[in-house]
Amino acid sequence: MKRYLILEDGTVYPGEGFGADTLTVGEVVFTTGMVGYQEAITDQSYANQILVFTNPLIGNYGINSEDNETLQPQIKGVICHQVARVPSNWRMTEALPSFLTKHHIPGIQGIDTRELVQKIRQHGTLRGTITDSAANVSKVVEELKQAIPTKGIISKVSTKQAYVNPGLQRNVVVIDFGMKTSILRELNKRDCNVTVLPANVTARQVMDLHPDGVLLSNGPGDPSEMTSAAAMVAKIEQQVPVFGICMGHQVFALANGAKTYKMKFGHRGFNHPVRDLATSKIAFTSQNHGFAVDPSSIVDSDLRITHIEINDGTVEGLVHIKYPAFSVQFHPDAAPGPHDAAALFDKFMKMIDDHKEVQTYAEA
Amino acid sequence: MPKRNDIHKILVIGSGPIIIGQAAEFDYSGTQACLALREEGYETVLVNSNPATIMTDTEIADHVYIEPLTVAAVSRIIRKEYPDAILPTLGGQIGLNLAVALSKTGILDELGIELLGTKLASIDEAEDREKFKELMNRLGEPVPASQTVSTIDEALAFAKQIGYPVIVRPAFTMGGTGGGICANEKELQAIAKNGLELSPATQCLIEKSIAGYKEVEFEVMRDAADNVMVVCCMENFDPVGIHTGDSIVFAPNQTLTDREYQLLRDCALKLIRALKIEGGCNVQLALDPNSYHYDVIEVNPRVSRSSALASKATGYPIAKMAAKIAVGLTLDEIKNPVTKTTYAEFEPALDYVVCKIPRWPFDKFTHADRQLGSQMKATGEVMAIGRTAEEALQKAVRSLEIDQHDLFSAEAHTASDDQLQNKLIHAQDDRLFYLAEAFRRGYTLDQVHNFTKINHYFLDIVKHLVELETALKEKPSDVNTLAVAKKYGFSDTTIATLWQTTADDVRAIRKAKQILPTYKMIDTCAAEFASTTPYFYSSYDHENESQRTKKPSILVIGSGPIRIGQGVEFDYATVHSVKAIQRAGYEAIVMNSNPETVSTDFSVSDKLYFEPLTLEDVLNVIDLEQPVGVIVQFGGQTAINLAAGLAAHGVKILGTTVKDLDAAEDREAFDKVINDLQLKQPRGLTATNHQDVIKAAAEIGYPVLVRPSYVLGGKAMEIVYNQDELGQYLKQNATVTADHPILIDAYLEGKECEVDAICDGHDVLLPGIMEHIEHAGVHSGDSMAVYPPQHFDQQVKQQIVDATKKLAVALKCVGIMNIQFIVHDHEVYVLEVNPRASRTVPFLSKITGIEMAQVATRVILGQSLKEQGYQDGLYPEPAMIHVKAPVFSFNKLADVDAYLGPEMKSTGEVMGSDRTYEKALDKAFAGAHIQVPNYGRVLFTIEENDQEVTLPIVRRFAKIGYQVLTTPATAAFLKAHGIHVATTVHNVDEINQLLKAGKIDLVVNTMRHDYQQGSTGFQIRQDAIAQNVPLMTALDTVRALLQVKESQSFAAVTIE
Repeated sequence: MKRYLILEDGTVYPGEGFGADTLTVGEVVFTTGMVGYQEAITDQSYANQILVFTNPLIGNYGINSEDNETLQPQIKGVICHQVARVPSNWRMTEALPSFLTKHHIPGIQGIDTRELVQKIRQHGTLRGTITDSAANVSKVVEELKQAIPTKGIISKVSTKQAYVNPGLQRNVVVIDFGMKTSILRELNKRDCNVTVLPANVTARQVMDLHPDGVLLSNGPGDPSEMTSAAAMVAKIEQQVPVFGICMGHQVFALANGAKTYKMKFGHRGFNHPVRDLATSKIAFTSQNHGFAVDPSSIVDSDLRITHIEINDGTVEGLVHIKYPAFSVQFHPDAAPGPHDAAALFDKFMKMIDDHKEVQTYAEA
Repeated sequence: MPKRNDIHKILVIGSGPIIIGQAAEFDYSGTQACLALREEGYETVLVNSNPATIMTDTEIADHVYIEPLTVAAVSRIIRKEYPDAILPTLGGQIGLNLAVALSKTGILDELGIELLGTKLASIDEAEDREKFKELMNRLGEPVPASQTVSTIDEALAFAKQIGYPVIVRPAFTMGGTGGGICANEKELQAIAKNGLELSPATQCLIEKSIAGYKEVEFEVMRDAADNVMVVCCMENFDPVGIHTGDSIVFAPNQTLTDREYQLLRDCALKLIRALKIEGGCNVQLALDPNSYHYDVIEVNPRVSRSSALASKATGYPIAKMAAKIAVGLTLDEIKNPVTKTTYAEFEPALDYVVCKIPRWPFDKFTHADRQLGSQMKATGEVMAIGRTAEEALQKAVRSLEIDQHDLFSAEAHTASDDQLQNKLIHAQDDRLFYLAEAFRRGYTLDQVHNFTKINHYFLDIVKHLVELETALKEKPSDVNTLAVAKKYGFSDTTIATLWQTTADDVRAIRKAKQILPTYKMIDTCAAEFASTTPYFYSSYDHENESQRTKKPSILVIGSGPIRIGQGVEFDYATVHSVKAIQRAGYEAIVMNSNPETVSTDFSVSDKLYFEPLTLEDVLNVIDLEQPVGVIVQFGGQTAINLAAGLAAHGVKILGTTVKDLDAAEDREAFDKVINDLQLKQPRGLTATNHQDVIKAAAEIGYPVLVRPSYVLGGKAMEIVYNQDELGQYLKQNATVTADHPILIDAYLEGKECEVDAICDGHDVLLPGIMEHIEHAGVHSGDSMAVYPPQHFDQQVKQQIVDATKKLAVALKCVGIMNIQFIVHDHEVYVLEVNPRASRTVPFLSKITGIEMAQVATRVILGQSLKEQGYQDGLYPEPAMIHVKAPVFSFNKLADVDAYLGPEMKSTGEVMGSDRTYEKALDKAFAGAHIQVPNYGRVLFTIEENDQEVTLPIVRRFAKIGYQVLTTPATAAFLKAHGIHVATTVHNVDEINQLLKAGKIDLVVNTMRHDYQQGSTGFQIRQDAIAQNVPLMTALDTVRALLQVKESQSFAAVTIE
């Protein structure tokens, strides 16, 4: 079926639809990852975004039941150059197009994605729509210009109710801003007793659970909207170890007086080299962020930069100088992407244990 | 970490001659490495025995030695140059082995020389099978269980322990002959028995079979600060079971989920860290297609063929980075030379699909065993890039230079179903075409998968193309179908065939409908960062990124894949032509399809188009670039063959015109030129049926040289000595001769020689005359040759110079040409003229100092020889003597006869230079690894009519301390002439036993006309090669060796 991708600058790309045939509007962003389309498509941080894959071929190994990052993908659309006709993998349960159809996600192929990516690189992130008709482009453009696709998005993707993901070791509370399942997988691996709470919880509600540590998850949208969450974090960080990932990192920064800004086209992919300033070691990290922490806003805060992206110097990690709290802009939980930074979860565990020990002595 | 200041002078070891498994990729990596070291301010010393390389150009390193890669020769250089360090990881296995051998002699410790890149212990751990197993156990990384056995019982016991299926790999057999996969005890019993018998060491490796697993390769890098990264992950189309060098390979990996990919990535990084490699490393892994289980197949602790491929596939220059890392720089402080804005610590992201297909030599070695397995058989490879996997595959197919434009093969099409299935199960070089044929016949993906174990995703690429083929056939002239077909890589030629029209017609339709290729940039980062890399590929997509500049440009056509007859020499010439074009103020644009070469390094030219070298693909680039003209003289036959088509489409061919190119290649036109110039050539006749051939031969007089008229490179060419042999020849080549006339030429005994001449239309420069050491019956590419000539007097040389000048001017050569002569009774006869650069260009350029390809290019661009400061005529001869020796890869290929004849068989060459002829010869033999001790035992198995000429040779050997072994007939003859025969051998088995026992040091075998497989002569040659005993089939080579040995022996003469 012939479909069109229309961008807010008026560009029209004809292509062939796959997946759902619904009309969609979203922020068009691209990822450079060459594997892991399933994890990306099910990553809630892409909520209300339309994702362009720079890898020219996706769908090669279909979709399996194990690699989802959420049960309800929030992505608004998939743009690619070509979808594989015959996917093949031993774990495959269905093909990518049927999965997208099931989740009402439209896809469009036959697009010169390289051209599109260069446009995004030059103009910054653009709003776009996948539609059946290229008539009346100017009207579509007007509508796109009005759209704020990701406004208030976290309240939609975050869990409505608290739930438990049980384990036998440390009590960890996860604040769900649009959490990737892989964060839970990492905590499971370490046998944590996890309670997942909605994004709008208060500090009181968190502390009532007597957590050993709090993990602030990833999530979509503009962190500057997260004022109440930041206020919550400002309180709990004084009492319990905190680990922020992606959106969680930005909220942690905001909680300590730092500012965030919208990047021109963000970091999406998993070949971003990040230096740990303490060890000088570099890890390849899985990234998906359109906002970043402004380093100049950190100068007078209690935060210190721990990680930077080596190419553009983006702030990739922070630590609190008084409290046991740290955060990273990238995904140590990977999925998709390299496992290079997985040890940060161990660091969090150790931080929890050290904190417990200090408290034990303090009480004694 | 800053670069090291405690070392100043670094020795780089090259990889020596081109052999199967070690091709031009090491010229590319070595060149990059040397330049990188110089860029960092180190003094570099380079040693390589292969003159046909860019890396041995004096501008690549500070001190260049073209010397044998032996411990003795390199030790001499070390003692003279006294380097602080050696970089051994860029010269392939040869370079690595030599470094290990040098270290064992103690010279490195003695002089305090450090090995850079990879430490000896790591090399050992990666290369030694047992140590590697131990390391893997320590790391908890799985390897297929294996054990070396010497008896069938041991084999059976081990197989019982690990379970079937198992693979039997006989030790040291030619091309892995005698091995195989065994599903049960009965099969193992049979195969192990055969394998042990065939193995010279009576050893086989029994290994758990993982055939059918996905084969995945990682190119990884590590620096001294322990930063690690993956440059590229590649996945083989062919599952485990076929050597990766013989596999079709795609990049990036196509069928791995993120979990699988990261699992394998973690393993690859763990291995490079464990081996503490500072530089690049290749990790080959096998993944079970039905679980997460994987096995480590192999780790190469050095830059490899795959890393050259990965560099070209990603744009990321691995060798260059490896060299910088070796001197202490870290990945996070080296700028990514592609983007120039990011750092080298960056895992490239591809936004295209790359396909590599090996190039096999079976078009030349028609008798060779074509089955693919654990021994690599390809001589080269092609790479193609597209936005779809189908496009990349089809572009790669038409890059192969095997007359295939697509997946349709007439042979496959006419095969029976049984033959077809057999071809699917037992993979040969042509399996791809049988896969397509299977889908054409309606086989399902499952069926084909069951035969081949190839992943459904990959198979569907082929099936999709077959479906498109049908769609095209059903809708002639349909523009939509045409547009779709182009996206999936169909050539105009294929579409024309399916539409029953001409390629020009299709092209016209395409252009009218604006179905034009776009050119996309390779930038390592999928356009995430701005980049200005001048590295492009075509695809039928939307946006074209390659912009024509205002500067006038010239297009140089490369030489395509390395194959027998067209080696790295042509890449050398191409690169030099590019340099001259740039220096003349033009933009130099290169088109080529070979990922192993220097010419496809995007930093060499102003613009690189990585494209198939077909008329359509070249015309497309010309449409966009509008170059001033095209240079075809340096890309070997590949480029020359394009000239006529290009000219017919109005493209300006620079230099010798197409009409004049034809005059050199068309027999009749050429005969006329020869007659007009009153030159001599061996008498030749043409005949169109067997009877006339016989008549013509009689008229000319035996011996005659016979060959079909249309073939190149000496294929099906033979010297016959009488009518019986001629009859035999005609019988064997019946299919060849049916449609094509046969050429019959007088075969003149004499010294052959060749010249490469540069002509500006008026003056003719002859940089030198190369005298062939072997007689004219041996293909010039397989002959040893010496410069300056040792056996020509002034009068003969003058005849050669005169003839060359006359021919060059008469043939209106502008640029370079190659002429082969034979000197018969002090008279010079013209054998052949090639209106292009030949394979001797690098050799002569190095030794005369005349950058011939550059001089010729300047001539082509309009600068006369006089203006360039060159005189007309023969360039003065130097004091040094230089010998070129061919190198063969017979031990990689079963069933290829090692007897040298008019068909070229060598894969590479070496050069030996010294102050005397004997010393230069000695070095050339050493470089070619023909090592004969100064006394020992020589086996003579010769034709009866060679006895007389052999007699003096035998006598000379005997005189300097060699014992003679020979057959009863020759023994009787020799005894009759007073020569002591130490051993008389009666049959092939006896000879083989002696060879195995190490009791023969040299085999002289001239049993020429029984080249059929299984014949005695053939068998002796095969056994000699299998046992790695030097073999000579031309008495001229033996004489050259004798001359060396005599010069090294002291006189043992009684007092009279």
